[in-house]
Amino acid sequence: MFVVHYRKIFFLVSGILLLVSIAAMFVYDFRTSIDFKGGTLTEVKFSERPAQTETELKIEALNMGGFSVRPSGDFNYTIRTKELSLDERQELIQTLGNPVVERQNTIGPIAGAELKSKAVKAVGVVMLMIVLFITFAFRKVSRPVSSWKYGLATIIALAHDVVIPTGIFVILGHYIGIEIDLLFVTGLLAILGYSVHDTIVVFDRVRENLHVNAEGNMKEEFETTVGKSVAQTFGRSINTSLTIFITLLALFLVGSPATKDFALLLIIGVIIGTYSSIFVASPLLVTFYKWQKK
Amino acid sequence: MLQERPGARFPFSFGLDLVGGTELVYRADTSNVEDIGGAMDTLKEVIERRVNIFGVSEPLVQTESAGLVSGNKDERLIVGLPGITDIDQAIELIGQTPVLEFRLASPDAQEVLKANPDTPVDSLFIATGLSGRYLSKARLEFDPNTGVAQVGLEFNKEGGELFAKITREHKGEVLAILLDGALISAPVIQDEIRDSQAQITGSFTPAEARDLVRNLNYGALPLPISLSTSQTVGATLGEAALNSGVEAGVIGFIALSLFLIFWYRLPGLVSVIALISYIILSLVIFKLIPVTLTAAGLAGFILSIGMAVDANVLIFERTKEELKKGKSIHDALHEGFSRAWLSIRDSNISSIITAVVLFWLGTSAVKGFALTLGVGVVISMFTAITVSRTFLFAIVPVTDTRAKRFLFSNGFHK
Repeated sequence: MFVVHYRKIFFLVSGILLLVSIAAMFVYDFRTSIDFKGGTLTEVKFSERPAQTETELKIEALNMGGFSVRPSGDFNYTIRTKELSLDERQELIQTLGNPVVERQNTIGPIAGAELKSKAVKAVGVVMLMIVLFITFAFRKVSRPVSSWKYGLATIIALAHDVVIPTGIFVILGHYIGIEIDLLFVTGLLAILGYSVHDTIVVFDRVRENLHVNAEGNMKEEFETTVGKSVAQTFGRSINTSLTIFITLLALFLVGSPATKDFALLLIIGVIIGTYSSIFVASPLLVTFYKWQKK
Repeated sequence: MLQERPGARFPFSFGLDLVGGTELVYRADTSNVEDIGGAMDTLKEVIERRVNIFGVSEPLVQTESAGLVSGNKDERLIVGLPGITDIDQAIELIGQTPVLEFRLASPDAQEVLKANPDTPVDSLFIATGLSGRYLSKARLEFDPNTGVAQVGLEFNKEGGELFAKITREHKGEVLAILLDGALISAPVIQDEIRDSQAQITGSFTPAEARDLVRNLNYGALPLPISLSTSQTVGATLGEAALNSGVEAGVIGFIALSLFLIFWYRLPGLVSVIALISYIILSLVIFKLIPVTLTAAGLAGFILSIGMAVDANVLIFERTKEELKKGKSIHDALHEGFSRAWLSIRDSNISSIITAVVLFWLGTSAVKGFALTLGVGVVISMFTAITVSRTFLFAIVPVTDTRAKRFLFSNGFHK
């Protein structure tokens, strides 16, 4: 199967994507939302929306520190500021000519920092638990590659699935102002849970083929077994992802603006996750096998 | 787009981001309190009373304790106020520290109450100046003779003098105890009390007496709370989010069904039926638990619709493989179900792990997503396997013909 045979090419593609993503994280700022750093988000609705620069000048005059204004829909602006007190909030609304306040979230800096550490922990815990689970699920498969190596291949694929979408979002943040918020972390975790689906489908087939070979007393190169397994499950890996892709696309195109960025992240994640299951996780098994033979 | 029969016995419960409203999260400073659980319970009661004064239809007041399970560093109080969008007024009302007062019944209280039963408690009692800050301690006691529960009060020096004066001048009258303007006890002054020590006797059960002690203590020593996060969503924005979320779900479902029928033919049609039963079953469960649906929760549900058919895809692909090997339709289907089971089980477990961790991470938005996703995965394992198996084996043909084999296979191959 070409996937296993040309694995070095796919590793290279993933390597480049990873490098670009990591570079993006260093070059551009993480645009974290108020969820993690604290602050106030105010969405206001105008019957006739004034120009963005005009609005910005008005807020500038209030001396409330750094802020950003982003249009939302046809009539709304979303304004992000530091954590505002009651008086400051009223002042802000007055300055803008008393538009309708559609939503307003205020998060204290301590709450933000706490959530951030909790989010990082959650990503770590999910990855660890999935790896332990895979090691457990494949515990009976120890030849020719021991079960923890299935876990290791999975964790590399998972790290791949976290880093690349994050990199893409950092770049999107720089150019179109998408922010990394709690929903982003939620999406990442959902991607982790999902990306493993495809990996398990392929690994399960490897497990089955190894079993069949052992029973039939057939000698087959491990590389061939993995290649065969990938080829046999290729169609279903694509199709299971396609079903999710279809519903996510609907969510992205017609769903609530509140979950638009979230849907975009999941779409990117499903694509990257499917790619990593087929082109990274399974070929890695072969690489581990070769190292072990040396 | 989404309307519910008014007065439904099990209504959908929608998050504040979909119906509009305010959510306030407070952190409580428990550093000076020993009985943290008790203090938080009282705090919750006090806040509930205040919220009720506000006239909110279905307020939600919850406490969340600190610890490893919740991942919080401190005790929290979460207040949900559906329909309230004046955040400042809400903060002001809730943010006051609880007020404990001792008040004398006004002489004409009986008549006023008779004339107008709705008279607020507040105006039936006259302030005495004695309040929670003069109370140094309340404790649960038992009458040494009768063994009946009673509440012992101990005032500080200043309070003791005030209390002595009140009891001397108003012997035989009712000295009511009010917490945040609500009557919690109305004992009668039996005698002048000079030593700053008093007993409230009555036909208390021990539990009632204990509650009163708790109220008195924390009314006197309230738990300081500070606002940690606040969120307000206007009703129109919420409604729009709800409608577009539902619309996305419907469109996603239709597109997915078309794909399944086109690609997987007859089994595809069956999987659409399984998917419909999945959707109905999930919605029922959302109502029964109830799961609070937020914008993120709706997204989780829509995502789970896409994931629900995964098991079917795995089964049908396996069936096709077995058909190619030359097995009969019946045998191929049978193999498809049994062989695909392992990978379906293993892959769904990983999703359940994720949902559990997400629930832990959760603010209300994320919890909604985690719940719908987790519930979805569990239900879909049932519907995608049981429902489609039942239907497929019901229609499986006894004899194989080319046309029938075509119907049960899939994709572009022969």
